[in-house]
Amino acid sequence: MARDDTPLDQETFDRVLAEELGKGVDRRVAEGRARSAAVRAARAQSGEAPAATPAAAAAATPAGDGDGATAPAAAPAAAAPAPAAAVPAAVPAAAPVAAAPVPVGAPAATLTAPERQAPPPSGNVPEPKKGAPEKHRLLALVPPEGIQRVEREQGDRINVWPHLLIEEFVAMMIVLAALTIFATFVNAPLRELANPNLTPNPSKAPWYFLGLQELLRYFHPMVAGVLFAPTLVLLALAVAPFVDRNPSIRPGDRKVAITLFTMLIMFGAVLTIIGSFFRGTGYNWVWPWAQGVFFEL
Amino acid sequence: MAKLKLPTPSEALDRVRETEVWKSIFRPGSIFRRGYRDTSRDRALATMNNVLYHLHPVKMKRHGLKLTYTFCLGGLSFFLFILLTITGIYLMFFYRPAAELGSAQAYTDMQNIRTSVFFGDLVRNLHRWGAHLMVFSVTLHMARVFYTGSYKPPREFNWVVGVLLLFLTLGLSFTGYLLPWDQLAVWAVTVGTSLAGYSPLIAKQANFLLLGGVIVGPDTLLRWYVLHVLALPFVLVIFLSVHFWRIRKDGGISGPL
Repeated sequence: MARDDTPLDQETFDRVLAEELGKGVDRRVAEGRARSAAVRAARAQSGEAPAATPAAAAAATPAGDGDGATAPAAAPAAAAPAPAAAVPAAVPAAAPVAAAPVPVGAPAATLTAPERQAPPPSGNVPEPKKGAPEKHRLLALVPPEGIQRVEREQGDRINVWPHLLIEEFVAMMIVLAALTIFATFVNAPLRELANPNLTPNPSKAPWYFLGLQELLRYFHPMVAGVLFAPTLVLLALAVAPFVDRNPSIRPGDRKVAITLFTMLIMFGAVLTIIGSFFRGTGYNWVWPWAQGVFFEL
Repeated sequence: MAKLKLPTPSEALDRVRETEVWKSIFRPGSIFRRGYRDTSRDRALATMNNVLYHLHPVKMKRHGLKLTYTFCLGGLSFFLFILLTITGIYLMFFYRPAAELGSAQAYTDMQNIRTSVFFGDLVRNLHRWGAHLMVFSVTLHMARVFYTGSYKPPREFNWVVGVLLLFLTLGLSFTGYLLPWDQLAVWAVTVGTSLAGYSPLIAKQANFLLLGGVIVGPDTLLRWYVLHVLALPFVLVIFLSVHFWRIRKDGGISGPL
């Protein structure tokens, strides 16, 4: 869930921000704490069960420490384990911060922190401070609501190893075995040396282009050759997700899309089968069971 | 003389695991560092400390295991691509894409692959049948993705990449079709490229670019050989990487329906 989607209680945010600034903490820290409190208040208000998990309960209960404004809303929190309610709201404040005094009369707090512009490039590569330790911090502790809260239903999940990987391995082995057996007993065709002066009859394209070749029997080459097959079909397929804005994936809700796609697939399959098996000498119609199959892979 | 005591196999394995070489190969936390016990933790670590982590997450939705949801088609298409790469590399050792009039080296090499190369005929058959199967499985994979509605947000872009991959698969199959340089190959390609020759305005230029001439000739063979063994696989692997990366970034397997 993106940061902006997190519900905030504006009132709590303003109040806590003013309090923290009054204590003289850095503005950035104050905003974080105000945000944290506002998220908790908003969640308590929306009736999200705080006792769903022990951790969530512990996070939600400090909202009860506020004044009367949030007290009724925090009533569900009473169901949480009692000791959790005793956690003082000031616990995160134990982090050492460089307290830069900020005037209390700072402009009214906005819901989200104002964007901080990075200074324009000066052309000077910054030098490390004299005497500074050769370290930088890679990890910081932040309250879970302070920056962003990722919410996703864990759902019914299983380990990829062994379940999926074994399935994939078995599928691979089956295909490999089938293909090897097939390749052992069925030879790929190799005809006589190419001769540009001797056109075989019939001349057919590879099987995946036979639908297109078949289409050329019925339409003007301009229509079948270019406008229809490669351009139109591939383009139509590529833009399908941008045209089909129906959000549902249930087959019952997608009758039009499924019908259209099935028609396209069937159209291609029928043309390909006709081009493969029902066309013989001179690319004329034949019945494969009567005159034989004029088809090579 | 003290009797020489041989370490038991498990002791020997433990000693090997302590070596710097072993430790440099397997990351800390790898199951090959500390042994595998069948626990949830080790099942997660088996994926996490493995190059497979680029392809698969640690956990996935249970319904994704159902064979009738994916039919393994995407994975099998990838497997066929690997198989075609391996068999293709083997064939490249014995094939020269030269087709001068009168003595077509390419065709002679094909006959040698069939008759005198060690397992040449089997490898060629595997390559040919695998290629047809790959075109088929990629097409079926696309149909599966459509019927499960898996192209819907946030997966729209991955669908577009998939259409491109289908196009590249057809291109690879078609360019490979010419290489045997027999009557079947040359005339199938002649017919196939004449379809492209129907493009309006740029028909002649498109055909000339494809064939390196006005008819299928020695230049076409060299051109298509380079496309087949180098250019198209290179492009395909790039888009394949994007395809796999986006599957995970877009939240793994789609559904359930």
